[in-house]
Amino acid sequence: MRGATETSSPARGGRPRRNRADTQAGYAFLTPWLLGFGLLTAGPMLMSLYLAFTDYNLFRAPTFVGLDNFAALVSDPRFLKSAQVTAVYVVVGVPVKLAAALAVAVLLNARHRGQGAYRSMFYAPSLIGASVSVAIVWRAMFIDDGVADRIQQLLGFPAGGWVGDPGMTMPMMILLAVWQFGAPMVIFLAGLKQIPAELHEAAAVDGAGPVRRFVSVTIPMLSPVLFFNLLLETIGAFQVFSSAYIISGGTGGPADSTLFYTFYLYLKGFTEFRMGYASAMAWVLVIVVGVITAVLFRTSRAWVHYTGDVR
Amino acid sequence: MTTATVTSAPVRSARRRRGRSVGFHVLVIAVAVVILYPGVWMVMSSFKPSGDIVGNVNLWPETWTLENYVSALGGIGGVSFWTFVLNSLILAVGSVVGVVLSASVSAYAFARISFPGRGVFFAIMIGTMLLPFHVVIIPQYILFNSLGMVNTFLPLLAPKFLATEAFFVFLMVQFLRGLPRELDEAARIDGCGHWGIFRRVLLPLMRPAVITSSIFAFIWSWNDFLGPLLYLKRPDTYPLPIALRLYVDQTSVSDYGAQMAMAVLALVPVLLFFVVFQRYLVDGVATQGLKG
Repeated sequence: MRGATETSSPARGGRPRRNRADTQAGYAFLTPWLLGFGLLTAGPMLMSLYLAFTDYNLFRAPTFVGLDNFAALVSDPRFLKSAQVTAVYVVVGVPVKLAAALAVAVLLNARHRGQGAYRSMFYAPSLIGASVSVAIVWRAMFIDDGVADRIQQLLGFPAGGWVGDPGMTMPMMILLAVWQFGAPMVIFLAGLKQIPAELHEAAAVDGAGPVRRFVSVTIPMLSPVLFFNLLLETIGAFQVFSSAYIISGGTGGPADSTLFYTFYLYLKGFTEFRMGYASAMAWVLVIVVGVITAVLFRTSRAWVHYTGDVR
Repeated sequence: MTTATVTSAPVRSARRRRGRSVGFHVLVIAVAVVILYPGVWMVMSSFKPSGDIVGNVNLWPETWTLENYVSALGGIGGVSFWTFVLNSLILAVGSVVGVVLSASVSAYAFARISFPGRGVFFAIMIGTMLLPFHVVIIPQYILFNSLGMVNTFLPLLAPKFLATEAFFVFLMVQFLRGLPRELDEAARIDGCGHWGIFRRVLLPLMRPAVITSSIFAFIWSWNDFLGPLLYLKRPDTYPLPIALRLYVDQTSVSDYGAQMAMAVLALVPVLLFFVVFQRYLVDGVATQGLKG
């Protein structure tokens, strides 16, 4: 984020003057990105904003319907269910995942021998977690009489798979997310390494125990990284799709308990071809994510500490 | 935290350190077991007889069989398994080429050329990283559909050649900022223009960033499900993830063996990349967070 301010000042690198050759070269080099942004991001976004106010099924020309799509959303029980499923997933899943990531990062940071190997090992699930292969494995493990069922019976819990139980699919999906704690963990670990040891020593000399040092030194010093992870994981969690699709066999069931927001958007847009309706959903998502991002940035002023040269 | 203990109480610390070290390893190994179990279970299950997979908590197969792999390699619905592999490879390699070309030139513009509008575009580029991808899938589909590109790889590859994944541009911008400006100046004095500076001086030095981007571009494309689900409807154009889903839908529920074998086969390149390039991957993720 700090990088952005750096670039916007033209006088960087001791070459303050601009010339036409530079301007031409700049736009020439930026052509792929400009084309991509215009044709595949900005243009489509405007188009979907327009479609959100129309009835469109890909085969007949869109007809303008005003706010009908948005009005229909509010009274669509499946839409409300998908919003609820996604909200629970974000609100519970992200903090649990980040807590796991931070705990393991602190644990690994305490010892240096073997740290690299563990770090890589714990990162591996983040690379494959969203793949169809892992979704298939997850389904096989949490189905009736699956591995999870057997283990819970051994421990004296009631029998039953998680995949078919509307009350258990959310914990199953959150477990899948938490299993991928490696990526934020790696980022936390890099942040922990940047905290000067003197700070901990000084706090220890002042009589602070490990818990106090964690709360008063580690957390404030780590807050920029914590903020970054929180932002990225939250936005990522809103977009979960393929695992829910595979595990529920493309239905979002049982009882719509895995009908995530993007999943319902897909069903509306690409199986029912109600593209106006789906575009309205897409824009609601953009606005919700935008508001959450803005709120995070606003509140970050209160709890994120950027000190001197920590990076 | 260790350093603090060592400096404050050097005598007691040796014993305490040993005790803590055992505790550390017990904890870390416990985490490792939980993390590795699903993956190891998948691989081991693929060698078990199909009826002995679901509900078998034990990892080690009682009887080993390759039958699952034989049926997985047999293909689906008249399409050979290797067709799916080839489709996945074309998409993944195409993505790598597209990402490396487009992200490196865009990054050069952002990091090294001063021109009006750069700051605004850079801020927009960062902003697109926070944008939910799903807002563009419908209009993009309408666009590619009207161009007759459904059932071709173009809708999946074109975005890569147009630097739409800001993560890669950002990664390379960060890397370029770490390279001294004197290099540009020296090349300029030697008569290089921007293209010469980029192509002959900086691009060769960007190797680590190019490698990291290539691996991520490959793996993300290889694992991508939503893109191919939208655009590829003919079985002979399916990449592995879609084929895998078709397989799950078509085979009887009891044939978990073949499903596991195919799931393992679909992950082989990812695991290979991980084993060979884990440093690049993990360090790439680490720097991404810190410099943000």
